[in-house]
Amino acid sequence: MLLNKGQLTDWLNQLMQAYQVFAPIKEGDYFCFKQINSGDQATLNYTNSKVPPKEVLFPRSEKLFCYRCENDGVQLTEQIDESKKIIVGLRPCDAKSFLLLDGVFKSDKYHDPYYLTRRNNTVLVGLGCNQPASTCFCTSLGGGPFATEGLDLLLVDIGDRYVVEVLTDRGRELLAGMELPAADQEAKETARRVKEGAALSTQVNLEGLKSKLDVIFYDPIWDLIHEKCLGCAACTYTCPTCHCFDIVDEAEGNEGCRIRNWDACMFPLFTLHGSGHNPRPTGKERFRQRVMHKFKYFVDNFNAIACVGCGRCIINCPVNLDIREVLAEIQGSEVRSDKQ
Amino acid sequence: MSELTRAIQETAQKLLQNKEVELVVGFAEGSLPLRNTPCFVRQPEEAQRLVWGYGCENNLANYLRQRPEKVAVVAKGCDSRSIVELIKENQIDRNKLVVIGVPCRGMIDRKKVTRLLAGKELLEAEIRDGQVVLKGKEFSESVPLEQLLHDTCLTCQHPNPVLFDIMMGEPVPVKEADSFVDVANFEVKAPAEKRAYLIQELSRCIRCYACRQACPMCFCEECFVDCSMPQWLSKSSLNVQDNVFFQAVRALHLAGRCVDCGACDRACPMGIDLRTLTRKMVKDVQELFGYTAGVSLDQKPPLAAPINTTSPATFNQDGR
Ligand code: SF4
Ligand code: SF4
Ligand code: SF4
Ligand code: SF4
Ligand code: SF4
Repeated sequence: MLLNKGQLTDWLNQLMQAYQVFAPIKEGDYFCFKQINSGDQATLNYTNSKVPPKEVLFPRSEKLFCYRCENDGVQLTEQIDESKKIIVGLRPCDAKSFLLLDGVFKSDKYHDPYYLTRRNNTVLVGLGCNQPASTCFCTSLGGGPFATEGLDLLLVDIGDRYVVEVLTDRGRELLAGMELPAADQEAKETARRVKEGAALSTQVNLEGLKSKLDVIFYDPIWDLIHEKCLGCAACTYTCPTCHCFDIVDEAEGNEGCRIRNWDACMFPLFTLHGSGHNPRPTGKERFRQRVMHKFKYFVDNFNAIACVGCGRCIINCPVNLDIREVLAEIQGSEVRSDKQ
Repeated sequence: MSELTRAIQETAQKLLQNKEVELVVGFAEGSLPLRNTPCFVRQPEEAQRLVWGYGCENNLANYLRQRPEKVAVVAKGCDSRSIVELIKENQIDRNKLVVIGVPCRGMIDRKKVTRLLAGKELLEAEIRDGQVVLKGKEFSESVPLEQLLHDTCLTCQHPNPVLFDIMMGEPVPVKEADSFVDVANFEVKAPAEKRAYLIQELSRCIRCYACRQACPMCFCEECFVDCSMPQWLSKSSLNVQDNVFFQAVRALHLAGRCVDCGACDRACPMGIDLRTLTRKMVKDVQELFGYTAGVSLDQKPPLAAPINTTSPATFNQDGR
C-alpha cells in the first residue's frame, strides 16, 4: 500500500484516539522515542535513536506495586500498565530486540506480567533504513535494514511516499479507514531500488565465536581487552537487548513502592553480595560478563545472540571501546582450554 | 601532528626497552572518524600503535590510580593537571610515574561535528592548515578547526603540561585569560530559572554514570549514589530532582579538585551540559580561595589549608 508523507500526521493523529503513540522526536542533538500528543511531533527522518525504544516496554524505572502499612495489615496496589500502545518508526534491529527480550520475560518458569502485558498491547510500525550508519552491522546477526521480523507494518521511504508492507493482521487494522491505494509498479520498483541501495559497510565474523567463548573464560585475553573500559553503563543502557534489572523499595513513612530499575553488569555493585564478597571484583570480570552474556550465555539459554548490531554501544562509548574490534580480537585469539 | 606521533612512539619504545617503565598509557587510532582511543603498551615493538591527534580527548589520568607497576603516560595539559591533584591526594606515586608531556592544540568535539552535519554521517575527516575536511556519502565540507574544538579547549589556560618528565615538541601559545562568561551568564539567572535549566538538562539523564566514571577525580570506593544503607538518593529515575541532586553532589564533591578537563561532559551520551556546574565550582574556588586545581604540586588544596572566612581577598597563591 502507499502512504503519502503528507498523510502521516493525520494518520498518527487518528491512531492517537485509540492508542498511546510513541515515535522518534528530536531532543537536542539526538532522537529519542517519546509519547507524542500530536502527529507532527514525530520525525521519521533519523538514522537511529540515542536510547532504544526498549524503554517503552521495559522502562528505565517502573513501579511494580505500591503499598501502605495500615493498622491491620498491608494494602497492596499492583501497577500493571494495560494501555494500548504503538511504536512508530522503529528500526528493524530494534524490532528484533523485542523478540530477544520476549525469551527473557516469558519462560517455562516465569511470565513477567509487567513486560508481557505491555508487549501484547503494543503494535510495531517499523521504518526501513535507506541509509544505514557505518556502525550498523545487523546483517551479521541475521537482520537487515529492511528486515520485517517482529514488525506489524514496515514503512519503506521512497521519497515523497512510503510503501507500507502489511505483515500482520494487527498491522492491517491500523490502516482501517485510511483507504490507501495499493502500491503501483513504479512504487514497487523504487522500493526495490531503495532496499538494494541500503548496503551495510560493516560485517562482523561470528563464525565459530560461540565455540571459542565456550572455552576462554580463563583466557588471559580478558586481562587486556577491558583495560580502557571505564565501567559505565553508556553501552548497556543504550543497548536494545540488555535487560538486567535491580529491584528496590522506595518508601517514606509507612507507604512506598517497589520499583524495578535498569541495572548494568558494568557496575561494581551489580553482583556485590550481602556478605561483601563480589564474584566480579574488577573491570575484567565485568567486561567478560558483558561479552559472554550476549554471545555465549544467551545463546546457551535462548539459542540466539543477544545483539542485533545496532551499533549504539560503539557510538556511545566514551573511550571508543568498539564491540566489533573486541569480537575480532577474540576471533583472532588462540583457543586455550578452559582451565584456571 | 605526525611529528608528535613519531616522538611519542620513540620515547615510549625507549622507556620500555630500557625497562624504565613496564607500561605506557597513550592513545591509538580509533575505530570512528576523528576518534582516538586509550591504548596500553607493554612491549617496545607495540609502541608504534601510539598516535597523537585531535581525537585524544580522554583524560588518561583516570588509568593511573593505585597502579602497582611503573607507568609512563602521555599527558596533555588537562591530564597533567589531574595527575598533579591525584599525586596530592595520594592516588599516584610520583616515583613510579613518567609523564610524557604533549603540548595540546585542543581536541575536536564530535558533538559539534554532529550538529554541523545535521543528520549526515561523517565517514572520513582530514585536518590540514587549520581546516577540517569532513567527508561522507556525497558530501565534503571544510570547516575551520577552531569551530570544532571542545568549549573546554577554547578556554583552556594550561594547554602545555604543568608536570612532565619528558616533553614532546614545542610549547603552544596560551590563550587570553578565561573570562568565565558562560558561568557568569548562568549566575545572573534568577534561582527559578537556574533550577528550570538544570531540571531541563538533567531530565535526559539516564544515570549511566559515564560522567562519574570518566572523571579521574571520582574515585571513592563507594559512591554515595550506589550506597543502599542508608540510601542517600533514590535508585530510580522516576524523579528528575534526584538526577539534579546527583549532579549537585558530584559537582560539590569536586570543588577545588576539578581541573575543568571536560571529561565528564564529553562522556555523557545524552549530551547533558555538565560543564556549567563544574565550571561554577572552578570559578567559585578561584574567587574564594585563590586556588586553581592541578597547577602546582606544592600548593595545598583549599580544604586542606586553614580557611579564613572573613576576608577571602587575603588568600595568597599558596592558599594560606
Ligand atoms: S551490543 Fe551494541 S550493537 Fe549489539 S545490540 Fe547492543 S548496543 Fe547494539
Ligand atoms: S542496524 Fe540495521 S536495522 Fe538497525 S538501524 Fe542499522 S541498518 Fe537499520
Ligand atoms: S565499554 Fe565503553 S560504554 Fe561500556 S562500560 Fe566500558 S567505557 Fe562504558
Ligand atoms: S568533574 Fe569533569 S571537568 Fe572536572 S575533573 Fe572531573 S571530568 Fe574533568
Ligand atoms: S553521563 Fe550523562 S546521562 Fe550518564 S549519569 Fe552522567 S549526566 Fe546522566
